[in-house]
Amino acid sequence: MHTLLLLGDEAIAQAGIDAGMSGMYAYPGTPSTEIMEFVQGSREAAMKTIHREWSANEKTAMEAALGMSYAGKRAMVAMKHVGLNVAADGFINAAITGVNGGLIVVAADDPSMHSSQNEQDSRFYAKFSFVPVLEPSNQQEAYDMVFAGFEISEKYKVPVMLRITTRLAHSRSGVKRKGERKQNALTLPSDPRQFVLLPAIARRRYHGLLGIYESLRYDETLGSFNQYYEGSDRRLGIISFGISFNYLTENYPDRDVGMPVLKICSYPVDNSLLERIAAGSDELLVLEEGYPVMEELLKGILSGGKSVKGRLDGTLPREGELNPAIVAAALGLPATRGGEVPEIVRMRPPSFCKGCGHADMYNALHEALAGYAPGRVFSDIGCYTLGALPPYNAINSCVDMGASVTMAVGAADAGLVPSVAVIGDSTFTHSGMTGLLDAVIKNSPVTVIISDNSTTGMTGGQQSHATDRLESICEGLGVDRKHIRTIVPLRKNHEENIAIMKEELAYNGVSVIIARRECIQTASRRKKEAVKQTDNK
Amino acid sequence: MRNDIILAGVGGQGILSIAAVIGLAAVERGLYLKQSEVHGMSQRGGDVQSHLRLSDSPVASDLIPYGKADLIISVEPMESLRYLPWLSSSGWLVTNSTPFVNIPDYPETDRIMSEIRKVKNHIIIDADAIAKESGSARSGNMVVLGAASGYIDIPFESLSDAVRSLFGKKGEEIVEVNLKALRAGRNFIM
Ligand SMILES: Cc1ncc(C[n+]2csc(CCOP(=O)(O)OP(=O)(O)O)c2C)c(N)n1
Repeated sequence: MHTLLLLGDEAIAQAGIDAGMSGMYAYPGTPSTEIMEFVQGSREAAMKTIHREWSANEKTAMEAALGMSYAGKRAMVAMKHVGLNVAADGFINAAITGVNGGLIVVAADDPSMHSSQNEQDSRFYAKFSFVPVLEPSNQQEAYDMVFAGFEISEKYKVPVMLRITTRLAHSRSGVKRKGERKQNALTLPSDPRQFVLLPAIARRRYHGLLGIYESLRYDETLGSFNQYYEGSDRRLGIISFGISFNYLTENYPDRDVGMPVLKICSYPVDNSLLERIAAGSDELLVLEEGYPVMEELLKGILSGGKSVKGRLDGTLPREGELNPAIVAAALGLPATRGGEVPEIVRMRPPSFCKGCGHADMYNALHEALAGYAPGRVFSDIGCYTLGALPPYNAINSCVDMGASVTMAVGAADAGLVPSVAVIGDSTFTHSGMTGLLDAVIKNSPVTVIISDNSTTGMTGGQQSHATDRLESICEGLGVDRKHIRTIVPLRKNHEENIAIMKEELAYNGVSVIIARRECIQTASRRKKEAVKQTDNK
Repeated sequence: MRNDIILAGVGGQGILSIAAVIGLAAVERGLYLKQSEVHGMSQRGGDVQSHLRLSDSPVASDLIPYGKADLIISVEPMESLRYLPWLSSSGWLVTNSTPFVNIPDYPETDRIMSEIRKVKNHIIIDADAIAKESGSARSGNMVVLGAASGYIDIPFESLSDAVRSLFGKKGEEIVEVNLKALRAGRNFIM
């Protein structure tokens, strides 16, 4: 089969299709989005009738994947790192229930926060939950690890985490496909109580999980992704995890590092490998992308007070992603920097697209709030978060998906009245609805503006669960119909929109203003597609 | 053989199409390749770059080390300067001359041009104007690629073939416009 040129994300998606996955579940989030998008766009996936619709959020995605696994079929669920916080309850308890059909949880971390609120390291969650991890160092490994992941998951009956970071997710390289595996047939778990986590059952399963985790250290498939390279210069031994191996070898043109190197791409690690490199070298350097998870562990595992260098002692930066230059500096190799960036070069932060409805909404809100002291606009995560930047300076918070509504409720409880929430349509159905129910129950004096561009814009325009449903959702949650107002954020409606906002800000209870205008990106894409359709007729 | 290329521009200017054309041509020729892209937040009008690495032996890092890039291809002049720390002392900088102004403190064009001229090997091309002459204002990215093609170790015909297969789905007219833009850029340096 010829080589495909695939993003790391796409390699995982293609592998899922080839490895007999029956369901792909996800909520969009950089850098994981392209996994589901690839499966959705794949003709093979369509022919194999693989389930591949977006979920409302990462928790619903995780649980749907677990349900498919319960029924004996292979499932994959993908999310960005902070998505795993949302899915954590399901994830951690899925380790206790175990699986039936193979279950792979793809966690895409974003060290250096290219598109995220933090740079949390998903390997912590895996350790916390006693779930094995595969961490590819290149696109081919990412592909192969999906096959291995399903195999391990079905052999040990545990979920498997596939952990990637931004650089691999969004880097393209050649990938060779393997022979295809058939999907599993529908089969229920052999033990009908496996998934019933009553305390007595949970205790037994947890005990079993701890045993499985220890035996995974010696599993051959898992271990096949780790490799020991001898080196004659034994003053330093290097342990690289995942993609950091590439930054190491990049510094040696013939790829021969000359020192002992242990390349680790799967966890839990067989401790004897670690002891071997420790015994064979005077000092150790630990290279890992993300938090110093393994570095901390190593300090505990290795007896004899061996010096371990890495992110904790300052040999490497404590924060941010690695690159060849950082690793070179840690190895004492000379820097290779080219010219400096001229002083005239300015920052170019992201901004609203020309003609974006969010901008018109903020312009109206700015004037509607003119009579109130500043500092009362709680916002959320999406394109509309760009309202934080000048010239708008329109929002006072952006924390986690859904927090706009709930923080506004809490601030109103504290006496900040009126409190305003600004939330996107997709974020609202992800995690805003439950907060709105809280507000309704106590009739909180909050004004919730749902800035509805009818798409999940920030991540590239995926279908939004909220489309055509917002009014009925809000009404169903108990918001008074008189205080559900729909406006069209256009300059020609500016005065009218200000007036409506002012009325609702003055109302001493829950109001929802739906500011609805289609995202100009999806609108222009739709127009182009319509033209293509008529051209083809 | 080894080409380390940085592609630079502003989100929405089409640098990923340049990357895709070179990438397709490289794969057709059996080269190893890694191409790192920016997706997500910055695509909303922020600065974007792609590291493209071609080689006849396996490529290690997805990122090009500082000082090792053979070529910077930029569809925007100020953006071409942002990546100078990556450019090797013998490397080439090929850039469009038309600024994309979406920030209030964008520097004066003259000052940008004089900084670009300080780079030993540079080519400045008015890709927007040439693209318009070739029939589509939106194919400036292909003009810049054409102008840079002489510094990429891939025959021009392979790049043209890649344009054909990349844009083929969009119809013959789009293919022709992009090929014309690519050739116009190429002719500029010949
Ligand atoms: C828990 C979590 N999941 C996913 C994301 C990624 N993410 C950031 S913004 C966004 C889209 C929000 O869409 P919407 O609320 O409709 O706003 P828009 O971008 O369209 O304005 C997503 C999915 C995240 N930051 N956190």
